[in-house]
Amino acid sequence: METDSDLELSLSTLFGEGVQAAPSNRPKSCPTFWVKKELLQQVLSHLKHTIRQPFHFLYDLTAIDERSRGAFVAHRTTHADFTLVYHLFSYSRNAFVRIKVALQGDFPQMPSITSLWENANWYEREVYDLFGIRFEGHPHLRRLLMPLTWEGHPLRKEHPARATEMGPFRLWDEKQDREQEALQFIPEEWGMKKRGEDADFMFLNLGPQHPGTHGVLRIILQLEGEEIVDAIPDIGFHHRGAEKMGERQSWHTYIPYTDRVDYLGGVMNNLAYLLAVEELAGIEVPQRVAVIRVMLCELFRIASHLVWYGTFAQDLGQLSPVFYMFTDREKIFDIIEAICGARMHPNWFRIGGVAQDLPLGWNILISDFLSYFPKRLKEYDQLVMRNALFKARTVGIGIYTRQEAIEWGVTGPGLRACGMEWDFRKKRPYSGYENFDFDIPTATNGDCYDRALVRVEEMRQSLRIIEQCLYNMPEGPYKSDHPLTTPPLKKNTMEDIETLITHFLNVSWGPVIPAGEAISCIEATKGANSYYLISDGSTMPYRVRIRTPSFPHMQMLPYISQGYTVADLLSILGGMDYVLADIDR
Amino acid sequence: MTEPYHYLLMIVLVLFTLTSVAALLIWVERRLLALWQDRCGPNRAGPLGLFIVAADTLKLFFKEDWIPPFADKRIFVVAPAIVAATVLLSFVVVPFAPNLLIADLHIGLLFFLAMSSMGVYSIVLGGWASNNKYSLLGALRGAAQMISYEVFMGLSLMGVVMLSGSFRLTDIVLAQQDYWFIFTQPLGFIIFLIAGVAETHRLPFDIPEAESELVAGFHAEYSGMKFGMFFIGEYLGITLISAMLTTLFLGGWLGPVLPPILWFILKTSAFIVLFILLRASLPRPRYDQLLEYGWKILLPLSLINLLVTGAISLLTS
Repeated sequence: METDSDLELSLSTLFGEGVQAAPSNRPKSCPTFWVKKELLQQVLSHLKHTIRQPFHFLYDLTAIDERSRGAFVAHRTTHADFTLVYHLFSYSRNAFVRIKVALQGDFPQMPSITSLWENANWYEREVYDLFGIRFEGHPHLRRLLMPLTWEGHPLRKEHPARATEMGPFRLWDEKQDREQEALQFIPEEWGMKKRGEDADFMFLNLGPQHPGTHGVLRIILQLEGEEIVDAIPDIGFHHRGAEKMGERQSWHTYIPYTDRVDYLGGVMNNLAYLLAVEELAGIEVPQRVAVIRVMLCELFRIASHLVWYGTFAQDLGQLSPVFYMFTDREKIFDIIEAICGARMHPNWFRIGGVAQDLPLGWNILISDFLSYFPKRLKEYDQLVMRNALFKARTVGIGIYTRQEAIEWGVTGPGLRACGMEWDFRKKRPYSGYENFDFDIPTATNGDCYDRALVRVEEMRQSLRIIEQCLYNMPEGPYKSDHPLTTPPLKKNTMEDIETLITHFLNVSWGPVIPAGEAISCIEATKGANSYYLISDGSTMPYRVRIRTPSFPHMQMLPYISQGYTVADLLSILGGMDYVLADIDR
Repeated sequence: MTEPYHYLLMIVLVLFTLTSVAALLIWVERRLLALWQDRCGPNRAGPLGLFIVAADTLKLFFKEDWIPPFADKRIFVVAPAIVAATVLLSFVVVPFAPNLLIADLHIGLLFFLAMSSMGVYSIVLGGWASNNKYSLLGALRGAAQMISYEVFMGLSLMGVVMLSGSFRLTDIVLAQQDYWFIFTQPLGFIIFLIAGVAETHRLPFDIPEAESELVAGFHAEYSGMKFGMFFIGEYLGITLISAMLTTLFLGGWLGPVLPPILWFILKTSAFIVLFILLRASLPRPRYDQLLEYGWKILLPLSLINLLVTGAISLLTS
């Protein structure tokens, strides 16, 4: 495997002064390079195509508004008003690289990289929508998450973060008309034809209120009879500004917001966020904390997959499974409630630990579930997976290859279903996953049925992990002994004034996380989930970027649904397993 | 009793019983689905939740009877009436027990087939008049489905006609005194059962309404009692197909000990429960798969059934 220094060497020999490595003080951090704006396309093309062990996967693309960085500016080698950040991932190296481009001016322009990566399309639209940075050469640069009539670009620092700063909301008649007008779908704006060879196309508006979309998602279908010519997902109805909210919450009080991103994943979202915070803070959590976290994450993985399993069957017209699976999910929630005190959004992990120790008798609850659930899974195989009609609806539907999956940024079960044995828990272990014995289920065809197969098998693997947690739960504290652990440890506060002051500040202001940036990467229920956090050394994050798996998956929808029928679209959507909050954040 | 009064009495009796049965089926279906799905189902209003029937009916009556401004008004109003009317008319020929029927037509079976084919008009017209794309898709699916399943629905019954030598339903029942036709015509039975499910467009053949795809398909725009008519029409359809299955293949009212009418009710109810069980357990095939299945598998099978039955009855006679 090539090392980071090889990467640096390769880039600097080719591009000389145009590429500069950014210094890092943490050993594990992701190698970062500042690239001159005009060289970006060449550098990225080199990294994708010509370098040995290339970076095929555009993992994330986002921007930072640098204009109000405080006095604590760190890692700032180039003067910039805005920074564009490209995270690339190489499966052959098993490594990330971060490419940064400094942009000057209030509304800068940038060459688009949509010709390099298919999935750059939505990411660039998102950056344009939220920052006002224009991408030259983008095929369809318009707002993605915000309403088309929105004024301003929310993630810019001058945009208010609270409704109270925006004045009372009024919906005048003219404004209502304007809003409604903006929702009209005009096919020509999307480069679509209204007429086919011998007949008019039918444009069918699926959603945002539709039983098959599982949330407020709108898909505009261009149909010829029942055959899908094109499908355009219209997202953003579930956008709640989770990234903007991060900029006005303390590091600690942001945790509950993360629960609600992939709202089926519960505490797993906490973990993705906290791994990045703990990397910045330099906290190593105790063994017991790591195992507790793994156990709860795997419980939530099963719960999330159960929701998917039931609703997928329901989308295909099978009425009953969803009831059985929700009953089982309820059993998991009973355990989670006993441990965390809440069900769907427990908000239970803390910086440097978890909120409380495991309650007495937790092991009985877990072992009961472990003996109950495998039988049910077998029953569901009979009921759903081996059902001939279910197979007829899913086998050979919505196929994509491994190359296409990587090109479009597919992660998680969707990637494993096309034969790629890749699980971040195994390949880049976090929170002690390297100590657990489990397999990565894969399938070969990359159709809806295979995606279902992988998910079902994943539930069995999660059970294995939970079982290992049950029998090997280490003793020890449930919080790490570190000054930035939140809420802080109280053991010495009554003895010396210094610790009392630190404790008081940490509790009242929240922890002050050292300046820097960090990205976490976990295998969430639906794929790779990351928090890219930037601290300017204050009590609040300077920028929170949430990379969610559902976003690129949904972007791929038009590509994999063309040529299928409306009924197949439901199979494809169901097989994708997305959550609207995970797309829109 | 004079003839006209007898007819009138029978008509009122059948009409009253059928509408009550259709309404009761709301409760039966919901309770049974709940039972199979580990839920409680409606259990609050009245004993065992039975009053849900009254509550549902009242609710439907008092809902705003809304006609969308973009709809084709006249057809929109007529469509739901067609389904209920045609199904009710089919019951004219159903023999519930000896002498307990409205009209013992000598073309009874043909009359039933003709009437049940008319049902498709209500779906197509309702979907078309709604002037809604989802309804239109549902209507088109419905038309394609019902027309293709119509073809072998009739063919599958011809074996029964050959064996009994009559289209008159009472004759068919009486021809089963030695053995039920389900034993001599098993293939015909299965094909008619499948076609019957398709005819009533119930899961797994509910593609005209396909809740998760087309929201409610052809009746998406309907509300109040007009929706109620579709609703009642569906339950009446289930009852009709079950009654026909009983009459044609299970010896109708024939049976030992119990009075004939009770036998008829028992057999019919068993089929109704089967219909609900199908709904509880099967997913929905895709529209083109359904048509393919109909034309490529069921139609040839019913033709083979016809040929074999013909050959055997020629040989034995």
